Amino acid sequence: MKTPIYFDYSATTPVDKRVAEKMCDCLTAEGNFGNPASSSHEFGWKAEEAIDQARKDVADLINANPKEIVFTSGATESDNLAIKGIAHFYHKKGKHIVTCKTEHKAVLDSCRQLEREGYEVTYLDPKDDGLIDLDVLTAALRDDTILVSIMHVNNEIGVIQDIKAIGEITRERKIMFHVDAAQSAGKVPIDMDDLKVDLMSFSAHKIYGPKGIGALYVGRKPRVRLEAQMHGGGHERGMRSGTLATHQIVGMGEAFRLAKEEMAADNERIRMLRDRLLKGLEHIEETYVNGDLEQRIPHNLNISFNFVEGESLIMALKELAVSSGSACTSASLEPSYVLRALGRNDELAHSSIRFSLGRYTTEEEIDFAIGKINDNIGKLRELSPLWEMFKDGIDLDAIEWAAH
Amino acid sequence: MAYSEKVIDHYENPRNVGSMNKDDANIGTGMVGAPACGDVMRLQIQVSDDGVIEDAKFKTYGCGSAIASSSLLTEWVKGKTLDQAGEIKNTEIAAELELPPVKIHCSVLAEDAIKAAIEDYKSKK
Repeated sequence: MKTPIYFDYSATTPVDKRVAEKMCDCLTAEGNFGNPASSSHEFGWKAEEAIDQARKDVADLINANPKEIVFTSGATESDNLAIKGIAHFYHKKGKHIVTCKTEHKAVLDSCRQLEREGYEVTYLDPKDDGLIDLDVLTAALRDDTILVSIMHVNNEIGVIQDIKAIGEITRERKIMFHVDAAQSAGKVPIDMDDLKVDLMSFSAHKIYGPKGIGALYVGRKPRVRLEAQMHGGGHERGMRSGTLATHQIVGMGEAFRLAKEEMAADNERIRMLRDRLLKGLEHIEETYVNGDLEQRIPHNLNISFNFVEGESLIMALKELAVSSGSACTSASLEPSYVLRALGRNDELAHSSIRFSLGRYTTEEEIDFAIGKINDNIGKLRELSPLWEMFKDGIDLDAIEWAAH
Repeated sequence: MAYSEKVIDHYENPRNVGSMNKDDANIGTGMVGAPACGDVMRLQIQVSDDGVIEDAKFKTYGCGSAIASSSLLTEWVKGKTLDQAGEIKNTEIAAELELPPVKIHCSVLAEDAIKAAIEDYKSKK
């Protein structure tokens, strides 16, 4: 077993070797390097064929029509294109957008930009399990609401929103519905025939494809129109100009094809590993799982060890590559806005660790992690004045702390 | 973020971890920071009748730099008079531990902690 052990698959995944091979075939003079838009010669035709196959493979994973797939540089661009593209196209219908406080920054910041442009945005509070209350969402809708943007699976806590039910609500009112599926594709079955979703964002690098490539599903029935954010040669039916990156797109296609084939088996194995990890940690006193455990992908375990600060725990767990909900590492003292939105108090938000498991996680790695965490929680609590006060029965909430 | 070797050393082998009786007249306790900010530092000093810090203990909830700052501080204040200890500057701690700019607040907290402990001790006299 090699250390450090990778437990950060929600941040990114390694490219599957089978994917990398296909990508390499599209780079050099001997390979399929042509510009897929070159319609006058065989180099272009061959590249176009590879793009068509990849587009089909991406569409197949979500049971969509290949014509509904627009390639972008990643889920961030897809979110930008969907939200700004819809807002700019339908602004005469209304200028109100509904989203949730736990969305990815690519959605939240796109909405902030639209607010600066004169749009109104409602940011819903999720329930304390991270899920959206459909009544709260329905109540937020107005006559001038043009778009609802809700993520499928949350990147920090892994909870799965009921996008089928939300789609029923928005479609009935003829409101566009965008879903950020960066964390769900290849992990949760998605059937666009069954879901009333108008736009859906995808990323390749979260499911063993390359970074720098993603897609936006733009529905055709009913037809969704949007204003392009990138102008140029009119690629991707005018929605996203720029020469198609054949090797990236082929990589994404192969990653999505493999995901479709292997999702069920991967999920079962990963669920067993996640449950093993949880079982090895949940007996530790004052330990809390963040987010609903049932409506959740098996790949994610976000857990707070009360009275232990997340960054110091990560430092102790140097053999484990995990991420902290405490954003101390990003030069800000703010704890995770996702955990805050769940109503977690600051101590618990500062004490959270996200483990995300994936295709290459092994049982041996899980057992090693369980041992390391158990060893270090005790050590760090011995160092923690908060733990001592808790043990002495002092109510930490009753103390007047001097915020700094 | 990469930590300096000194931070890692203090983090992995923290000096003078522990608690003293805060009600004792010779003990000064300073607790600074807030759980909401992700840092709480508690520093305790035991002071002799002639005003010399004989012993110091700490407990810290916070990142590695916060733990290292308080651990280093306990080493520095031992044997100093209250006046000398009160003159320790956060910049000295930050320099010794090679703290990056985003972690300077940890050294500020340590300076606040010794000042608060001295004040607590003096208020008992």
